[in-house]
Parts: sequence; C-alpha cells; structure tokens
Amino acid sequence: MTRTEFWQGNIACAEGALAAGCRFFGGYPITPSTEVAEHMAAKLPKKGGVFIQMEDEIASMASIIGASWTGSRAMTATSGPGFSLMMENIGYAAMTETPCVVVNVQRGGPSTGQPTMAAQGDMMQCRFGSHGDYSTIALCPSSVQEMFELTARAFNLADQYRVPVFLMADEIIGHMREKIIVPDAMEQVARKPLVKGTLPFRPDNDLIPGFPQFGKGYGVHVTGLTHDERGYPCATNPNLHEALVRRLVDKIELARDTIASDFEIINPGAEQVFIAYGAPVRTVQQVLHDRLNDNIGFLRLRTVWPFPEKALARFKNVKQFFVPELNLGQMAREIERHVRVPVVSLPKLGGNLHTPEELESALEEAR
Amino acid sequence: MSFEDWYRQDRLPHIFCAGCGNGTIINCTLAAIEQMDWKKEDTVFVSGIGCSSRAPGYIVTDSLHTTHGRALAFATGVKMANPDLNVVVFTGDGDLAAIGGNHFIHACRRNIDITVVCMNNQIYGMTGGQGSPTTPKGCLSSTTPYGCAEIPFDLCELAIAAGANYVSRWTSYHVKELEKAVRAGFETPGFSFIEALVQCPTAFGRRNKFRQVSDQIEYMKSHALIRAKRDRMIEAGEHVPEDMIVVGELARRNRPAMGVKP
Repeated sequence: MTRTEFWQGNIACAEGALAAGCRFFGGYPITPSTEVAEHMAAKLPKKGGVFIQMEDEIASMASIIGASWTGSRAMTATSGPGFSLMMENIGYAAMTETPCVVVNVQRGGPSTGQPTMAAQGDMMQCRFGSHGDYSTIALCPSSVQEMFELTARAFNLADQYRVPVFLMADEIIGHMREKIIVPDAMEQVARKPLVKGTLPFRPDNDLIPGFPQFGKGYGVHVTGLTHDERGYPCATNPNLHEALVRRLVDKIELARDTIASDFEIINPGAEQVFIAYGAPVRTVQQVLHDRLNDNIGFLRLRTVWPFPEKALARFKNVKQFFVPELNLGQMAREIERHVRVPVVSLPKLGGNLHTPEELESALEEAR
Repeated sequence: MSFEDWYRQDRLPHIFCAGCGNGTIINCTLAAIEQMDWKKEDTVFVSGIGCSSRAPGYIVTDSLHTTHGRALAFATGVKMANPDLNVVVFTGDGDLAAIGGNHFIHACRRNIDITVVCMNNQIYGMTGGQGSPTTPKGCLSSTTPYGCAEIPFDLCELAIAAGANYVSRWTSYHVKELEKAVRAGFETPGFSFIEALVQCPTAFGRRNKFRQVSDQIEYMKSHALIRAKRDRMIEAGEHVPEDMIVVGELARRNRPAMGVKP
C-alpha cells in the first residue's frame, strides 16, 4: 500500500528519515534546510523520538554522534555555513566509525553567500572537508520523491558501513513541491552488532567492525585519536595509523560498486552525454524530452561519493561528456580523472538553474 | 567491590605526570560512584581533549573521548537518546571554559541530567603550559611570560548563573569533601557541576613558585575558604582577600531538568 502526497522536498526528507526509523534529531536553524528540523520537531516526540535544538552546528553534529552510540538512528540537517562548522565532528564520526546522517540543503557560498538560492558548491567539501584522509558516502536527490527515498537509504548505508552519510540536496529540490508516492514502510538494514568477546575495532572481512552499542555491557572506549583494535589510543605507531586510515578509506572505496550502483543510464550509445546530479538533472531531462531524436545520452547520478566511475565506461561511443553543475565544475574535475574524451564543464552560479536553451547551445557548439 | 575495579588495568601505566592531581579526582569520582551502586553497563563517561579528558580511557565502562571542548554536546546526545544511562563528563578548564564555553552554558541552561567533574589546573597542561581562561591574573605560563593580564573565569558562578541544579568547588587536597560533593551531584537531578582545583607541577607549579608538588597542595589548603565562612565575613563587613578559593556547596536547587531517568 502506498499513498500519494504533494510535499515540499525538505518535508519529504524528514518523512523519509522517520520512515527509516530515525529517532534522534539534533539541529540548528539555517536557511534553506530549516523545514527539515521544524518537521522533525513536530513529528519525533509523537514517535517516542528526541528532537533537540542545539546551540550551534558543532554541537548538533556532536549530539547525533552521542545519540548514535546509544543505538539510535540519528541525523541533522544544515546548509553551507553550518556544514563548515560540522566538519570537525564529521571527522570524528569518520575516525570513530559512527553511523549518522547529515543533510546539506546547499545554498550559494562561500561564507554566508546566498541563503535562499540554490548551489552545489559543497560537493568537494562533503568528500574532503575535514582534515586527514577518510572516505564517506554522499547521495544527491533530484526530486521530492528522491528526497524521501535517498534519506531513508542514507540511514541504511550509514548503519551498514559505519560512516557519516551525506544527503547533498540543494535549495531547489529542498523547497520544490511536487507529487510523491509514499510507501508504507522502508526496508531497514540493522547495524551489525559486535560479537561479545571480540575486540571492538577489529574488522570483519568487509573491513567493518561490529557495533558495540553503549549500555549493553561492552565497555568500549571510543576515541578520535588513532586507536588499536581494542579502541585504545595508540597515536605514535606509524604502521598502526596507516592500517587504520587505509581501512577507513577502503571499507568504502572497495564497496564502491555496491554503494554507487543506483545511477540511471539513458541512451548508452550516444556520442554526446550529459552527467548530472541534483537540481540540474531536471534541466537535462527537459532537453532529452525536447530533443527525442537527437540521441543524447544521460548519466544521472544518485550516489556521488564514492564516485561510480564504472558507469562512465558504459557509454561506448561517447565523444564528449557535458556536466552542468551549480558550482565551478567540482564533479566535472572528478569525471575528467576517469575518462579520455573531453569533459565539458557547464558551471552556473547565482542560484538559477541552467535553462534548456543553455544546455542545447552547449551541445551545438561542441558539434 | 572497590572503586579500583572500575579501572582498566590493561591501560596502565597512565599518561599523567608525577605529582599530577587528576588521579585524585578520578579516585574521588569513582568512590562516589561506588556509593551510588551504579552498574558499569549503565554508566558512560564522556570527555573532550586535554589531560583531564584522558580519564575515561582508564575506566572500564563505555566511554566517549571526543573533540576539544565538545564533550557536553556529545554527552547531551547520549543522555537524551538514552536517559537510563548515568552520564559523567570529565573535563578541564581549557576544554570547558575556552573552546567549550558555549556548550557549557547551554548544558547548564538545559539543566540536562549529567554530572560534570572539571579538573581545573589553571593551565593547558597537555600542550605544555599555556595560559587558560582560569589562569590567575599575574601568573606565568608559556603564553603569558610577563604574567597573565586577563581576568579569570569563576566557573562555578558561571554554572550557577546559567542554571545548573548543583554546583560545588573543592580541591585535590579536600578528598573526602570532594567525594561527597560528587555524590551529591549524582543524587541531584539535572546538571551538576563540580569544580576540583588540581595541582599541575609540570606546567603550572614550576613556573609559579610551587617548587614541590606539596607546595601547591599546601597553597590550596591554606587558601581554601568555606563558603559559609565567606558569607559570614561579608555579613560582618570583613574584607575577603582576593586570592582565597571559595570552596563548598555553592548551589543546590530543583529547577526543571532534562533527560532525567523516567
């Protein structure tokens, strides 16, 4: 059974979280993500969950990590300036392998920038923003439907891989209202519990250790310092540090094909191929709709990090990739690393979407 | 059962310097826990960064050694998500009052049901002795080589003004009183703040004319002024010397609290 609703993207995000079993939200008001927090504030108490408005985004991120260690599915939502503040504890979550979900409804930056206008300028920040080497997972919705579905998926990925997972939305998708088909329930992948008697940070074959939930008698010590498999600080052993950091990266990168397999491919035989994620997807869809006979290819990304590089090889005849983004070419540069054909970056700043005409003239120019 | 059973024997030796006061404060805290009859599996220690924040790593329960200054924000998440847990925070003056100052006042304001034990050594010990928000005026540190020019925070007054239900201050000399204060903090629903002044011979004492460990303990003993006596002195119009350390229970009240075990 499903039901049909007409929702704003941010509301769909909050509802997706609730459907996924999220029971803790720690946040701080910021445009254009605030509706997520407001909806959680209204709904969570009725489901026996906890909503808490923290004193800043540093504390918001800290609170969801604390809640996660008690076994709760926990999330926060923010935008650029708050995302920058969260970087400190995002690194802590990566180092301590704490499952959590961070929604970033992107707005124009840098700094306070354009609070009410859309952008995709934080795509590199969500991958590399905290200091040190680590890997994370980032999902990009391009419809209200996907705000719901990808938020729910983010919780499963966070629990399975024990990382912070980012829902990298943008102001357009967050504030857009459209039809959504709401499922009655979402599949929930439970955290793999630590087998009693095993070391808390000794990984299994998938490179992920079982989760020792607080309050269950594990007596686990969790630290952001480089730690051994007992969880004890051991910050001066070069081999131990390298092995730990490589595992934190590999547990995501080696599972790339599983995590990032949710891309959509249209016209794989095309010579001209668009690659898009988030709001620019909508303009590309319009161009494809308007130029049915033009045989234009399209790679639509839902998972952006880890980057699904194998999807690029599916376009056997491609001569040019076109990458419209609401930034100065952040993902275009990542795509360039993986292909030998020209990658045409189509950046757009200021908050408006590309028009179909802008994308069409880019195609014409390149012919 | 003894409070010593709460230590992780396999973590020894610890990192604290010879003569450090932190071990005394940890002992007092664990002794108070022993009196409360808390179970290890129901107890979580949270800390930030600094010498004092290494304490949870030596205790057998679940523990979260977090980022600098943020312990109270992490602890808020733990306690709100599972109010059945007893949450104790170890922190220091730099961790709590400088980088974590905002989290401190908001945790007091929320009056969230956790107990905070602050080991105030009046210096950044782990980084080698820089001035902190509680370094007394005129004292020497590696970043105040001509004497600290700033006015220090009174952490207890801050906690009281911000709304904590229980506030007391003692020193590493006053072990029995401190143990009782920590226990009173555990027993009081809402935010409990216990400040424990500690000697730091390595980073503070040697720069400030406390040549022996016992010199600084002696100083804390001779300069401790019980709050009741301080109040009587003020009533009688007597002058209270500025270098006296006001100790004792400074607040115990029953404001509405958050995260209390149902």
